[in-house]
Amino acid sequence: MRRLQALLPALFAPPFFLAAWVARAGAARRKAGALALAFLAPLMMAQAQPRLVPDISHRQVEIRYSFTGAELLLFGAIVYPGGRGPEPGTDVAVVLKGPLEPIVVREKQKVAGIWMNVERVRFRSAPSFYAVASSRPLSQLVDERIAAIYELGLGSLQLSPGGGASADVMQRFERGLIDLRRRNQLYAEYPRGVEISEGVLYRARISIPARVPVGTYTAETFLIRDGRVIAGAAREIRIEKLGFERFVAEAAEQWSFAYGVTAVALSLLLGWGASAAFRRRYG
Amino acid sequence: MDIYLPIAGLSVNALVIVGLGGLVGLLTGMVGVGGGFLTTPILIFYGIPPAVAVASATTQITGTSISGVLAHRRRRGVDVRMGAVIIAGGIAGSIAGGFLFRLLQQGGQIDTVIAFLYVILLGSVGLMMAREAATALDILKPRASQAERPARRHNPLIAMLPMRWRFYRSGLYISPLAPLGLGFVSGLLTVLLGIGGGFIMVPAMIYLLGMSAQVVVGTSLLQILFVTAVTTLVHATTTRSVDIVLAGLLLLGSVIGAQYGAWLAQRMKPELLRMILAIVVLAVAFRMALQLGWRPEEIYTVQLL
Repeated sequence: MRRLQALLPALFAPPFFLAAWVARAGAARRKAGALALAFLAPLMMAQAQPRLVPDISHRQVEIRYSFTGAELLLFGAIVYPGGRGPEPGTDVAVVLKGPLEPIVVREKQKVAGIWMNVERVRFRSAPSFYAVASSRPLSQLVDERIAAIYELGLGSLQLSPGGGASADVMQRFERGLIDLRRRNQLYAEYPRGVEISEGVLYRARISIPARVPVGTYTAETFLIRDGRVIAGAAREIRIEKLGFERFVAEAAEQWSFAYGVTAVALSLLLGWGASAAFRRRYG
Repeated sequence: MDIYLPIAGLSVNALVIVGLGGLVGLLTGMVGVGGGFLTTPILIFYGIPPAVAVASATTQITGTSISGVLAHRRRRGVDVRMGAVIIAGGIAGSIAGGFLFRLLQQGGQIDTVIAFLYVILLGSVGLMMAREAATALDILKPRASQAERPARRHNPLIAMLPMRWRFYRSGLYISPLAPLGLGFVSGLLTVLLGIGGGFIMVPAMIYLLGMSAQVVVGTSLLQILFVTAVTTLVHATTTRSVDIVLAGLLLLGSVIGAQYGAWLAQRMKPELLRMILAIVVLAVAFRMALQLGWRPEEIYTVQLL
């Protein structure tokens, strides 16, 4: 970026000045300049492309005592350059991704009549939550390569499995993991979940189940045309436990012994209290 | 009425949990078992992570056993000396169990081990109880040989152990190693299965140690009280899966249920109560056995590293 800024006056300078500048520069400098120009070309074009102005209904999701899940509204506007009107064939995909976690996936098999965990595969970076909504099914918007680059769609997640197992075993475990988390509503695809009105405003609803893990989530919005991502924007959402729930979860982690003593004391108090109360009533 | 459980990390219907506690409490009051064997599997079926279910059920048992201990103590039905020896073994067992639990969790076999132990323990105890209760209710004819065989007071293996102590309340002169070992086993089971272990300890105390019957239940409850309290601490510091909200909801139901259970117990035939318990125990064992043998709904499980 800094290189671009340094080159900017040169671009707008009259040709003779540019020539003088190039002449003064050393061979290495010239090479770098040419490289920067090559990078700049598509960006200059990109400025003529539409831009995204995204927003989210909640920047923060609070997990409290009666939390049964939440629904996020991801919305925004597509701004076309030069006051141009909306252009048809522009699609939007919205991805909400939870913090990445290393996990072990185990597979049950029948051994001597008993179903037990036999094989396992480690995934170094599985998103704890992943939902994608798009204005048309993703397969119609992008090809596999683009989908893999931007992690668009459940089939294109980069889970980085640990080595050891063969490719088809990995695939089997990946499918198993995705299927399991789909049914737990931790992974979701909404093939027509983005609604674009007047070609300018878009919005998508993504629901978050109660058993969602806490952490910083990213909401990425992609503007897609002709199979290419022409603009993108990201926002962060924090999902956290608050109040009593946060206090309990923190206490269990940080003051685990005191937490255990409290749990025992609570149960003794309740047990003793109930028996005392009933003895008074019934003799 | 949904309530979010901060450690389990999901929402449950509070009324269902309180109701489950009440049901278990009713059983506790009626027949004097801790009821952990019922709470833990039902919580797991309900979708609570197994580790959280085991740990929180343990906390609940502490609460339900305290009133029983107090009641038996008033009737001088507790052998404190015997209890202390068993508790010492139990605490050692519960700490050892904590390590074993972690080891099995890392190896991914904890679910299978839990289910397997449940099937074996509950299945055998349930069958024994059912047969005994059926005999008492005149459904089954007592076996002739059993009726004639004189009851053996002392197990020869236990009589062989060195260093004998006198346990006055229990009317025993035996080596403390036997109750110590028994306590160790029950401590292990408490950590692994989330049960107080009363339904194993009571028969073991009567048939293995030969304790006099009037102190068996009280002493067993005393041991359960202490061992579950220690196990709660072990879980809180190692697996960190004690959910105080879940335990609180269970307790709310069970302490009240236990009082009604005790009231009901005075108005029912004890044989009938034991039959009911035997049926419940066998049902849980059967359900667990199905889970082992049937193709599970989820072939894949995820564990965070």
